[in-house]
Formats: sequence, C-alpha cells, structure tokens
Amino acid sequence: MSLWDALRVAVGAIVSNRLRSALTSLGLIIGVSSVIVLIAVGQGTQKGVTDRIRGLGTDLLFIESSVAALTSQTGGLGGLAESTLSQSDAEAIRAAAIPGVSAVAPLVTVEAQAVAGANNVGAEIVGTSSEYARVRDLEIRSGSFLTPLHDEGGALVAVLGAHVAETLYPAAEALGQELRLSFAGGRITLAFAVTGVIEEQGGASEVDDQVFVSTAGIASRLRFLRAPTGDLRATQIDVRAAGGADETRLKEQLSELLLFLHETPEPDFVIHSQDDLIDAATEVSNTLSLLLGSVAGISLLVGGIGVMNIMLVSVTERTREIGIRRAVGATSGDIVTQFVIEALTLCLVGGVVGIASGVGISLLLDGRELGGQAMTTLIQPWSIAAAFLVAAGVGLASGSYPAYRATEIDPIAALRNE
Amino acid sequence: MIELREVRRVYSPGGTPVRALDGVSIEIASGEFVAIRGQSGSGKTTMMNTIGLLDRPTSGEYLFAGRPVSALSSDARARLRGRAFGFVFQSYNLLPRLPALEQVELPLLYQGARDRRRRAAGALARVGLAGRARHRPTELSGGEQQRVAIARALVADPLVLLADEPTGALDTATGRDVMELLKELVSERGLTIVLVTHEAEVAAYAGRSVLMRDGRIVEDSGAVPAARAGAGAAGEPGA
Ligand SMILES: Nc1ncnc2c1ncn2[C@@H]1O[C@H](COP(=O)(O)OP(=O)(O)OP(=O)(O)O)[C@@H](O)[C@H]1O
Ligand SMILES: [Mg+2]
Repeated sequence: MSLWDALRVAVGAIVSNRLRSALTSLGLIIGVSSVIVLIAVGQGTQKGVTDRIRGLGTDLLFIESSVAALTSQTGGLGGLAESTLSQSDAEAIRAAAIPGVSAVAPLVTVEAQAVAGANNVGAEIVGTSSEYARVRDLEIRSGSFLTPLHDEGGALVAVLGAHVAETLYPAAEALGQELRLSFAGGRITLAFAVTGVIEEQGGASEVDDQVFVSTAGIASRLRFLRAPTGDLRATQIDVRAAGGADETRLKEQLSELLLFLHETPEPDFVIHSQDDLIDAATEVSNTLSLLLGSVAGISLLVGGIGVMNIMLVSVTERTREIGIRRAVGATSGDIVTQFVIEALTLCLVGGVVGIASGVGISLLLDGRELGGQAMTTLIQPWSIAAAFLVAAGVGLASGSYPAYRATEIDPIAALRNE
Repeated sequence: MIELREVRRVYSPGGTPVRALDGVSIEIASGEFVAIRGQSGSGKTTMMNTIGLLDRPTSGEYLFAGRPVSALSSDARARLRGRAFGFVFQSYNLLPRLPALEQVELPLLYQGARDRRRRAAGALARVGLAGRARHRPTELSGGEQQRVAIARALVADPLVLLADEPTGALDTATGRDVMELLKELVSERGLTIVLVTHEAEVAAYAGRSVLMRDGRIVEDSGAVPAARAGAGAAGEPGA
C-alpha cells in the first residue's frame, strides 16, 4: 500500500469520527499553543526589561550601598538612612579624574508630596548635581536642568519630570511657577522655583515621575538626610563611562577609590554596570521562560497521552476491521502504517492549528494592558519549530504502541461470527 | 491446487487442548467446487482459515500450488492471501463506514494495484450492484451486502474462493440467488470454491461433498474430474 493510500485511509477514519478526533486534537492544540504563547510572553518580558535598562542611557555604572541594596524601600527614606554612600564620595570620584569617567552624579532619593495650587502628587525627589543631565542624556523640554551655579549656591530650584509637570500644572506653563514640597510626612515644607521641565522619556521611565533638586539646596535644610559626619547621604552614585572605556577596569578603579575613602577592607557598596543588570534580568526571565515552558510542556504531554489513549480505544473498537483488512491481504506493516499515520495526522493537524492559535494569541496579547502593565510578547521561531517537532514526536510515539497492539490482534478471532 | 497432509490444529486456551483439526488430509484440484459439511465445532471454519492462510497448522503440511506454505513468513502469507484467496463470510464482514465501491477496492489497495476504481466498479457490476456503489453497508439489504462481499472476494482475480456459510444469514430465495451467482462465477472463471454449509440444498451446488466430525474428514464424495481438465483429479484416502 502506498503512503498516499495509507494517508487517505487514516483521514477517512479521522473524518468518520469527527467529534472524537477534534477533542483529541484539542488537547494537543492547547499544549502547542500554550508552549508558543508562554515562551513569547517570557521572552517578551525579558525584552521589555532589557529595553528599559538600555533606556537608562549608555555606558552607565551604578554604585549602590550594599546595606541600602539589602533594605531598600524601608520607610520614607527608601533605604537612604542606612546608605554608606555620600555626596562627597561622588565629588571625590569626580576630583580623582579617573580616565574613562565622563560624568558622575550622586542621587539622594526621598519621597515627598509635591503641591502646586490645588494640585498635588506624590513624587520621588532626587537631589543631584548638574552633571546628572549628562549622565543620563536628559533632554530638556523647557528651561534648563540644574546648573553648576545651583551645585554651589543652595538655591531651592526644581526640575520636573514630564508627568509631574503635567499633573501639577495641567493648564499653565510650569516654568517659573512655585512648587511646594512637603517632606517627612508634612513636618517640613519647602518652596521651590521650577526652572526646568524634562522631555518625556516614555517606556515606563522613572524620570517622568521624579523631581530633581540640587543637593546643595536640600543639604542645609533637610538635616535628616545627613550622616553623623555631616555629609549628605546618597542612595546611589551614577557614573557614565566614556565611550570605549574598559568597564571592568573602571569598576576596579572606582572600587579601590571607594574602599580608600570609606576606610574599609571589605566593600560596603556594589557597582553594577548596565550589562550586569541586563545579565541579571536575563537570567531571571530565562528561568521564568523555562518555568512557563515546562508548564506548557506538561500540557503538551497530557495532550499526547490523550492521543495515545484514544488510539488504544480505537484499536480495540476496530478489532473486526483489522481482521477484515488482514483477510484481504494487509500485512502487519500495513496495519502499523495505518494506525501510526492516523495518530500522526491527528497530532500534526493539532500541531498546525495549535501553532496558528498560539501565534494569534501572542499577537493579540502584545501591547495589551495586564494588571496595569503593558505586555510584550516576542514569538520565538524556535518555539514554533520545537512545538511542531514535539507534536510530530507525540504522534509517532502515541501511534506506535497502539499500532503494535493492532498487529497482535488475531485475525481469526477478530473475524469469528458473533 | 490445495493439498493438506495430516494437518493438525490444536488450540489450548487456558490449558485444555482442543483439537480443532485432528489429522486432515485432502487434495482439491483447480476448478473444483467443494462443499464442507459437519456439525458445529467439527472444525470446518478452522480448515477454511488454514487453507486461506489466516491460520497456521500446529503440525502437518500444506502445499498450495505445489509449494509448501506453512513455513512462509507472515508478510509473505499476507501477500499470497491477498492475491490467491477471496473470503466470503456468513456475517459479510464489511467495514461499517465505507461505501460499497471502496469495500470492493480494499484488496487492490493492499496489492498496490493500478486501475483500482475501474476494476472495483467492474466487480460490483458483475454481482449486479452497479447502482449501489455509494451505499454503505447499513444502506444495503443482507443479500446485497453479501454480493458486495463476493465482489470484494473476486476483485483481485483470486484462484480460490473460500465461503464460510455464505447463505447462513439469508432467506432461502436470497440464498439461492447468491448460490446461482457463485455457480456462474465458477463456470465463468474456472474458480476453485471451498464452501462451508449446513444446508443440503446449498451443498447440492457443489461437485464434491466433504463431511467433517471432531476435526477429521469422515466422508468425501471424492474429487470428481474438475470442471476443467488437466488439473489431475486426485483421489482422497479418507480419514
Ligand atoms: N481460537 C480458538 N481458541 C480455542 N478454541 C478454538 C478456537 N477456534 C476454534 N476453536 C475450537 O475448535 C473447534 C472447531 O471450531 P470451528 O470454528 O472450526 O468449528 P466449525 O465447524 O466451524 O463450527 P460452526 O459450524 O459452529 O461454525 C471448536 O471446538 C472450537 O471451540
Ligand atoms: Mg464455523
């Protein structure tokens, strides 16, 4: 019997049992499409995170206090109270003029309520220096960022992220307006003059929701931000490396300098490069992808067991048919071919429909809001290929054993008058 | 054409052996029409299955067209079965979901024969069912189903037709029609027919009558000279 004839026989059997065939394939359709969708979601999430890290700028190094890193987001100071870093560390790094460092800025981050007239919004206040605009490549929409004059002078000026500006001054131009910031649960309120608005960053960038003020301005007025030494604590110090600089070497140099400044043998800080962050995020989301993929893989396995189960039932039901086919000259090979092709066809149809629906669902989910966050899905060609191969493998595996059972059927017994 | 020598077939389901065939020797020449009679359980079906290569003797020799076939591989037996034998059963044994034309095509399918549709249509027409090609078994009467089965048995031009109580499920008149059809086919094609029956009227169509009891042949009217000469009618030594 030719393969083409075998295929026609198999399709005939599948079509004559429409509902059962459809339900059998459904298990596989669900398995295959969930493999594709879940991997697309996993990889999409990874892309979203790495894009965001890349969106911070280029060639960035982030120095964080190792203590604050452990206990971040405790209380209104967000770990600042325990930070081992200070503004003078940032100044020392700048003064050291390490080759390969193109800009340095400390970040003193504290939560506050921003009030302008009748509007108010909770915002993250970032005390920093004029260099931060260069560290992060910030584009200014109106006015200017903090200037070197502000770094020294201690004037109370504020530069607003785009969202903050839109919320507080929906109708008017923000520039030149007064902004009141209320710190420490309203115990200290200071009035700032708005001197600049930053261009919208988009892509869920935190800059849009921040207010930048000069460290000199807050150092004298917000005593609780200061360490016992009188130094202003810094949550983080951002360093921009010059293009082409050796980041590993730069990290070592920064580390040495800070160890010297902090007078400790063991570092009380950590230095991440953007690549480190991307690696960490990739690792996390690869684990996530693997987990999602295995869950989907299990559903594919269950689908395969369903096919095998139905094929076994089908062989038992068709005992007489098998006897008849043997009587008219079918070899055991013909019988095996018939059942394997039947299972394979069920699985491949399930696989193709599953791929189509998996791709369809992935495309539908892309960009949808889910729990306040935009989903990104990234369809992986390899996941399609893998799902298809698995479907074919499942077909072969789940057809083979029932087919073998079919050849074990004694044609004489199958044909005996009932 | 067919020669069984001291063929035994012992079934032993769960211990106690049953001798379905207990030393059967018979020679059937080409073109003979042999009726096999006997009580229920006497081994008639087992003998048919053995001749048709569906069953293998426990001991003894089976020569088909002069060639020993008991030792052939299962695949070789399947191919020989498809080419040389046609089966007709009491319960028709049609596939439930196939239309008549495709039922008849089945043996050709497994031979990988060409021109299958046309040959199958020809065989259907020969049994008078040209107008029933698209009908499924449930849409046919018993007599029509048995004709489809006969067309299927004949489509591949076999040498031997094996019929196990082909009229057993049919009323007398329809049974007679089926027997007339078989008789015509024998004379048309020089077909060898081995037919199991309980009815004397059916046995009367045969040129030779064999009686079985307890797995043995106890009576054989003897090989009458075959419808066609040259086959060398052989006498039968009896059991
Ligand atoms: N597969 C089998 N396993 C065990 N015993 C069997 C098997 N097939 C047949 N037999 C036994 O062999 C004997 C002969 O059976 P067979 O079917 O050849 O009889 P038969 O002459 O065709 O009877 P009937 O006229 O009722 O069809 C019976 O006793 C039967 O029980
Ligand atoms: Mg019988």
